[in-house]
Amino acid sequence: MNMTDSPLPLLEMRGIDKHFGGVHANKSVDLQLFRGEVLGLLGENGAGKTTLMNILFGMYQADAGTIAIEGRSVSNHTPADALALGIGMVHQHFHLVPRHSVLENLMVGEPGRRGILDEATARKRLHRIGSHYGLELDPAREVSELTVGEQQRLEIVKALFRGAKILILDEPTSVLTPQQTEGLFQAVRAMVADGVGVIFISHKLHEVLSIVHHVAVMRRGEMVATVTNDDSVTHRRLAELMCGRELQPLTKPAVERGRALLRLANIIVDGGRGHLPKLHDVSLNVHAAEIVGVAGVSGNGQRELAEVIAGVLMPSSGRIEVDSVLVDRASPRIMQQHGVAYVPEDRIGDGLLTTLPLSDSMVLPRVHQSPFSRLGWLNGQAIRQFVKQQIERFDIRGAGISVRTGMLSGGNLQKALLARELAFNPLVLVASQPTRGLDVAAVEFVHNRFLELRANGCGVLLISEDLEELFALSDRILVMYEGRIVGDLETKETTPTAIGLLMAGSTEAA
Amino acid sequence: MKLVLEPRAHTPTWLNISLPVLALLATLVLCSGLIIAAGAGVLPAYGALFKGAFGGKFNFVETLVKAAPLVFTGLAVAVAFRAKFWNIGAEGQLLAGAMAAAFIGAREALPVWSLVPLMIIAGFVAGGLWATLPAVLKLRYRVDDVVATLMLNFVMLYLMLALVDGPWKDPLSGYPDSPDIRMDAEFPILLQPTRLHLGVLLAGITAILVWLLMTRTTLGFAIRAVGENVRAAMHGGLPVKRVVFLTAAISGGLAGLAGVGEVAGLHFQVMASLSPGYGYTGIVIAMLARLNPLGVIPAAIFFAAIATGAETMSRTTGVPVFLADVIQGASLICMLVALLFTTYRLRVRGGATTEIGNVES
Repeated sequence: MNMTDSPLPLLEMRGIDKHFGGVHANKSVDLQLFRGEVLGLLGENGAGKTTLMNILFGMYQADAGTIAIEGRSVSNHTPADALALGIGMVHQHFHLVPRHSVLENLMVGEPGRRGILDEATARKRLHRIGSHYGLELDPAREVSELTVGEQQRLEIVKALFRGAKILILDEPTSVLTPQQTEGLFQAVRAMVADGVGVIFISHKLHEVLSIVHHVAVMRRGEMVATVTNDDSVTHRRLAELMCGRELQPLTKPAVERGRALLRLANIIVDGGRGHLPKLHDVSLNVHAAEIVGVAGVSGNGQRELAEVIAGVLMPSSGRIEVDSVLVDRASPRIMQQHGVAYVPEDRIGDGLLTTLPLSDSMVLPRVHQSPFSRLGWLNGQAIRQFVKQQIERFDIRGAGISVRTGMLSGGNLQKALLARELAFNPLVLVASQPTRGLDVAAVEFVHNRFLELRANGCGVLLISEDLEELFALSDRILVMYEGRIVGDLETKETTPTAIGLLMAGSTEAA
Repeated sequence: MKLVLEPRAHTPTWLNISLPVLALLATLVLCSGLIIAAGAGVLPAYGALFKGAFGGKFNFVETLVKAAPLVFTGLAVAVAFRAKFWNIGAEGQLLAGAMAAAFIGAREALPVWSLVPLMIIAGFVAGGLWATLPAVLKLRYRVDDVVATLMLNFVMLYLMLALVDGPWKDPLSGYPDSPDIRMDAEFPILLQPTRLHLGVLLAGITAILVWLLMTRTTLGFAIRAVGENVRAAMHGGLPVKRVVFLTAAISGGLAGLAGVGEVAGLHFQVMASLSPGYGYTGIVIAMLARLNPLGVIPAAIFFAAIATGAETMSRTTGVPVFLADVIQGASLICMLVALLFTTYRLRVRGGATTEIGNVES
């Protein structure tokens, strides 16, 4: 850590307090960041990290507390002021103009000279920043053509371009592959060597521990601990600091595998003219009391597989049987009637009604059934009662039944979706990336529900990119590559390395 | 000093109620400048406006009679917009309903008791069918619903003009008007000797029925869900296309009822000037009502009151009648601003104050 040039912290936040209506989002929070330091900021969903960062960035104003940057106090600032003060923030969701080029995006908000944009200088600076930090980008390419990793790189370059001394990275690795993550970390190390202070927000503890100097942990709006990242800090200790209790290791009892509940045979989904099929002759079985994991790099047909089973996507050919009954012309409603529940990967886009009350989101698939309605008339009381029950059963926080669905945090949205799909004892559950973006406690909760389903004789198809999760839960792991199932392995008899090789398209490991 | 918007966690009830009232007040304050410019006193002018709209039985009834078609078209738009079916075609659907009513109302062969119910049904069906055309175009061929519904207004308008100038031309007067409907087909007058006809009552009842439909039925639920998130609705197993189709049919049917009311309650025939743009004003009414079917009633009465009151205001204070249009337009803008405050709060901030007050640390 490079703290020699100034004992003065680069950033000092003191006693930050913020209320939102009845929610105390930040309770007298202190935070210090020094030059050349990476500070990890950890906390569950809704612990107040994002609020704190938004206050720093000038999106919200704190009710109380002070912020000082290099010893100078800052108050009443707007995001524009924050940028001028050298605070850069890379959000989880990027703020780029998709139809503009890389260079044009960089120059958004640049004043230019007498209203004329100075493209040549910008191009030079882009090149300099790119080569210095290993963040090269082609200035002429349109943002819509960039991969997610490249878009993130552009966001970081944009911050550096504006002279950021403090860089906030909000869950930067959630969209990256392991290789891309390594590239990001190299850039962060180079920035830190130049004296930039970086605040790194993440749920992935092992990543946090591999890059940060200090870790600040928030829980329920409070800063509960700030620890130096040395050998004494473990994965487990951080997780426990975050949720304020000991985590139970998953217990996966031995269960007898039952009859085949879901059977796909020779499913083909065309990829459109001139493209490879999305699903190529896919056959699989999911048995009662079994969790079948599906591994694969995203975009290898997992989404299509899930959608075929959910009845959203019509396969071009192939057979689907649920509990030995052939399903002809599947639709979402028909699959539901056969007892298939579905937790889509894009829970907000495909699952929930964000601006409508939570109760609407939670009865959506079953609203036409008793007891929620009769002869086309809604039974408000039954709906309210059901939703209340589920809120309690799944410990959905921050929610009354009339609260707009979108006000819930990510973990609670996922709980709401799970509660809805599990409420009617499905035969088969298809869940796609069910713990992506969730905090430790929420992940634990979801995993336990899956094991409960398994114990109750439900068949679960778990599609995930998280190998750790697949190994912890699955009885069998299928590997998808380019629309095919290239591996079907008993979890006990395989290793993450072997699965990883299959995921990359190698055939030796099988 | 800067003004910044911050999102609200939830909207307090008192805001939902008081904001429309504040928007109305803001509108009146904004427009008072024009009254002064016209050389009249603000309070006398507004006083005359109010008296013209609500003072006395006749004025009040005139306002209600003018509000009735706006309630129907406002409801039509509110239902359609909830499902994000952008029905700009209430005008054409209104005309379709009016023509169906005029046709049924002039049938000598029909028994007397069946005339009024049949006109209502025929008007609803005609408007509904006319609206399902763009719905099918949208669902099957992905034709943009805004363009399709808008263009079909002109198709229906010229169809009507061709009819009243041709086969339906009134043989007695020779004007391009359709023949009058039978006396027995006219909506009964509820309050003699005013023009308060059955259609006004029908508009109020329909608003309540539509509110029930939207809040208490599975179809209303489906309409809201489809409008909010088509993909989630589809994943949840809702028959999305059928919902959009039904929404269009109901929306068009409601607009058709506006036409029925105008024919059976007021004009007793169709002619070129039947609708002064009620279908388009319905869009504004629905927005003012924030797509709430019950809110459509006050929004329509407000618009109608401005229109009827403006005449009196003009006569007594000399302020041009066109101020009515300005007030109506300004009210929508004020309402849209007010809407913003239901989801955001305004914070006042000074500029960044880095230079003042160094802290030692």
